[in-house]
Amino acid sequence: MGLVMPNPGTIFWMLIIFGIVLFVLKKFAWKPILTALKEREDSIATALSSAEEAKKEVAGLKADNEKVIAEARREKEAILKEAKELKDKIVAEAKDKAVEEAQKTIAQARQQIEAEKTAAISDIKKQVAELSVSIAEKVIRKELSNKAEQEKMVDGLIDDIKLN
Amino acid sequence: MLKLTKAIFIFFAFSLLSFGQLQAQHGQEEEKTHATESHSGESDAHASDAEAEEGFNAGEFVIDHVSDSYDWHITSFGDKHVSIPLPIIVYSKQPELHEGKAFHVFMSSKFHHGHSAYKGFRISESEEFKGKVVELDAAGHEIGTPIDISITKTIAGILASVVILLWLVFATAKLAKKNKGKAPTGVQNALEPIIFFIRDEVAKPAIGEHKYEKFMPFLLTLFFFILINNFMGLIPIPPFGANVTGNIGVTMVLALFTFAVTTINGNKHYWKEIYNPDVPWWLKFPIPLMPIVELSGVITKPFVLMVRLFANMMAGHLIVMVFVSLIFVFGSLFGPAVGLGASPISILFSVFILLLDVLVSFIQAYVFTLLSALYFGMATSEHH
Repeated sequence: MGLVMPNPGTIFWMLIIFGIVLFVLKKFAWKPILTALKEREDSIATALSSAEEAKKEVAGLKADNEKVIAEARREKEAILKEAKELKDKIVAEAKDKAVEEAQKTIAQARQQIEAEKTAAISDIKKQVAELSVSIAEKVIRKELSNKAEQEKMVDGLIDDIKLN
Repeated sequence: MLKLTKAIFIFFAFSLLSFGQLQAQHGQEEEKTHATESHSGESDAHASDAEAEEGFNAGEFVIDHVSDSYDWHITSFGDKHVSIPLPIIVYSKQPELHEGKAFHVFMSSKFHHGHSAYKGFRISESEEFKGKVVELDAAGHEIGTPIDISITKTIAGILASVVILLWLVFATAKLAKKNKGKAPTGVQNALEPIIFFIRDEVAKPAIGEHKYEKFMPFLLTLFFFILINNFMGLIPIPPFGANVTGNIGVTMVLALFTFAVTTINGNKHYWKEIYNPDVPWWLKFPIPLMPIVELSGVITKPFVLMVRLFANMMAGHLIVMVFVSLIFVFGSLFGPAVGLGASPISILFSVFILLLDVLVSFIQAYVFTLLSALYFGMATSEHH
């Protein structure tokens, strides 16, 4: 068979075989393959774009979160500060009150002591007077046992009255 | 890994061939002594023919291996030919020469490798019809060829690779349906990159974003058909190894399909560019110079496609066979020892050319598909 002359039998069979192969593959194989490829490409494209969106969303959420956290921190600090102030105030007030109370108590105690002291002194004075009177009675009784003495005494008393 | 396996295959095939050659020489010697005993007159005549040729005919060896034939020759041991017979289908206009029937279907083994006639047919040995099935008249003279649609080696090779092609593509289609919207698996992984390549690198740029889809099935079928047949042609073991894409009839049909698709899809602009191109009027009247040039271009494009694929694949096969035949040329000139000594170099070159052919297989399939796509693009483009 000639190498460069096409053989009619070969052309005949080749036309039939290639025609059938082309038809069958086109109808039953390439269509589903190409549609499947296209669908997958589309789904990958949408998946990628939605992932991009999700990424952006997450970034937004992160920023929001940070803002919230910062605000919370600020609030916490404010509350802590307020609490400290309140505590200091309460402590100071308590201290003042305590001092006042103590002073009041001390003053009361002092007054009581003063009153007791006065009472004691007056008591002592009374006892001293009674004691002095009884001593004087005894001394007078002894001294006025004789007549001369009594008269001398009376004279003396009269002198005193005169001097007045 | 694939290349290695292929190289081992090739080495195996070559050693078989050289073994067959040694056997052949041995067989011939034997025939000298026992010529009368076991062989018919016809095969004796053939044997003496072979002796008369004096040694190895490299040209015939090479051409025989790249040509089409009616049986699938595997190897020969001396005078024993091992081959797969293929069906001969012929229609004769002179049924009286063929037992009264016009249409005949029989296996090529009936010809005994071209040594005998069957029902008034035989494989011609004359120069005019060399290698073809011819009709014989009552006296045994060749009078012409019948209508011959035999399943030759090339057709059998096409059928084998079509089975592989269909299996590959249908397996992919099945997986594609199964894995809808999921990652590809199995053979899908092998085909999808090529499909993507044809779509994104060939069809889209050549035809355009909007019209390429219509041509995808044809381009894909074309590419895979050529690629698989190119590869099958490189594997030297039946049912592979037929020189399919190096057969001009095959490439002609492929080019005809491209031509048909181009012509059917040609739009108004395409035909206007051919019959009434935008050139000065004196190029169109009185002699329609440009239309003639354009019309010849329409014919030349598929013709060039046909010749390019045919020539490239044929050349690859030829060179490999020439390097292999060198072993036998040396063997017949200086004795078997020199032939064996030359074989490593021949094999080395053959392996190199075969690896080159793997590359060429890809390139030619790509080029054929790309040019087809470009022609479709020209036929469907709206403006420059």
